[in-house]
Amino acid sequence: MLGEAAVLAGCRYYFGYPITPQNEVPEYMSRRLLEVGGTFIQAESELASINMVIGAAMAGGRVMTSSSSPGISLKQEGISYLAGQELPAVIANMIRGGPGLGNIAPSQSDYFQATRGGGHGDYRCIVLAPASIQELADMTLQAFDLADKYRNPVMILGDGMMGQMMEPVTFPEPVDPAKLPEKDWVLDGAKDRPQRIILSMLLDPKILEAHNYKLVRKYDAVRENETAWEMTDCDDARLVVAAYGTAARIAGGAIRRVRQRGLKVGLFRPKTLWPFPAKPLEELSHRVRHILTFELCAGQMVEDVQLAVKGQAEVKLYGRPGGVIPTPEDVAHQISHYYYGAHLDEEGPGGGA
Amino acid sequence: MKQVFARPKSLKPAATHYCPGCGHSIIHRLVAEVIDELGIQERTIGVPPAGCAVLAYNYFDVDMGEAPHGRAVAVATGIKRVLPDRVVFTYQGDGDIAAIGTAESIHAANRGEKITAIFVNNAVYGMTGGQMAPTTVPGLVTTTTPGGRQVNRDGAPLDLTQMLAVAKGAVYLERVAVSDPKHIRQAKKAIKKAFQVQLDGLGFALVEVLSACPTNWKMDSITAWQWVKDSMTKDFPLGVIKDETGYDAGPETEAGDDR
Repeated sequence: MLGEAAVLAGCRYYFGYPITPQNEVPEYMSRRLLEVGGTFIQAESELASINMVIGAAMAGGRVMTSSSSPGISLKQEGISYLAGQELPAVIANMIRGGPGLGNIAPSQSDYFQATRGGGHGDYRCIVLAPASIQELADMTLQAFDLADKYRNPVMILGDGMMGQMMEPVTFPEPVDPAKLPEKDWVLDGAKDRPQRIILSMLLDPKILEAHNYKLVRKYDAVRENETAWEMTDCDDARLVVAAYGTAARIAGGAIRRVRQRGLKVGLFRPKTLWPFPAKPLEELSHRVRHILTFELCAGQMVEDVQLAVKGQAEVKLYGRPGGVIPTPEDVAHQISHYYYGAHLDEEGPGGGA
Repeated sequence: MKQVFARPKSLKPAATHYCPGCGHSIIHRLVAEVIDELGIQERTIGVPPAGCAVLAYNYFDVDMGEAPHGRAVAVATGIKRVLPDRVVFTYQGDGDIAAIGTAESIHAANRGEKITAIFVNNAVYGMTGGQMAPTTVPGLVTTTTPGGRQVNRDGAPLDLTQMLAVAKGAVYLERVAVSDPKHIRQAKKAIKKAFQVQLDGLGFALVEVLSACPTNWKMDSITAWQWVKDSMTKDFPLGVIKDETGYDAGPETEAGDDR
């Protein structure tokens, strides 16, 4: 899915290294890119593959790589350079349980790594979190456009569940890479123009500071224009579950169950993890004073939720690390426990604390 | 009046930051002369290393894209695969290509990436202040081998170029030195051939250039360059290490070349 969506987005270059659970992507790209005249290289390491991505991006190609947690750690060097050199590229991380080698089960334990930069230096990746196969397809196309628009690495954050789920999907219209807007900064030989240099080393602190502030302004623009989220059943909610990706799907099932039992519970789902939809969540916290963050990790996004609500709502965590996938019933149980424990069933109509 | 000597077009009129007696300026000039002579300045893209030559983009007047330490051939691979009709070269030091970038180097060579690598071996980490390099020869004192490199403790110098010879996609590998005018002429010939290999689409080509680092070797320039000839060449003998180009005597053998 990810692979075909990337090809539809006009991606013609893929560099990767095998790691479970995302081997379907390089396997698919190895034959599909041949068909469309692109280039696939199975590199000798994640380091090599992300650096091939750097080179292809410098040369103006629509390029991507994919991996899973331990492999993404190795790619962080290159991702930092992509950000510093302002190069567009798409990186997909199908998260598995960690730390270390962990396991190959679906997890969300790379949230910090993805949303805080991940590598060294002052930078941000744009992080998209699909919660359905349709969204995975749509967001893959969006990822390439965002990468080009902001000249910044974009990360698609999923997990093995998202990678192996089967759902009907409507494919977006294919993008012809030849018809994409011309990039006036690529390295393609200094013919009839001055030399171009792409670098991230700026030895003079004043110049590097100016570069850092330029990046900050770019990130501000991304925050302003690209922050995306979805609210479901939040209008009358007395408790809202905050969850993304696979966890949001499970939470959705849990909320349907508790609603049938009369509990007024909604779902707040960030679609971009960076930028995190802090403003809408803060506004929501003016009316809904109880937020249950549900993540497939020991608690990472919960810190962004706490920052967003600025203490106006109580924030609790239901986190399941290690690749354990709770059922909607498990989550429903957690919701009910919180709901009745906070006596939300005893409030008057309209909710509020 | 006939002009007999000028700055190559592919070299900017800039003063370099290199130390007195360093070989980088000579090697830069040779690469620039070759780019000029082959008429490829407008379609050449260079990838400098992390190391003393990190600022090479200030000197070469071609498009340049900086690579993380050791990853230059991987970056060059990405560029070349997107733009196969451009000429892509890397310029790397010994620590860059033969320590942290060993894996990238051998696999790019093995895939036969159609790029040209210029590998400057001065037996020491220059920019970081003179630590042991993979190519530091036994006995040489560095800041991390205070009593001199000991083979039983620090390992023997690694001959990366020889190692690359087993890679099927490497078609031309030669070791040269820029220690005196005669060797400089030979070095230029090798560099030109390594670019020609790429122009002819034959595969991976690398020229290892033995150079001096008087500053970190703590020698005066004359002693340092003599040391290149007398000592370094014992561990790194000059000559063609691999040549599967099929060129008879090189594409443009210059008369009077007395190799």
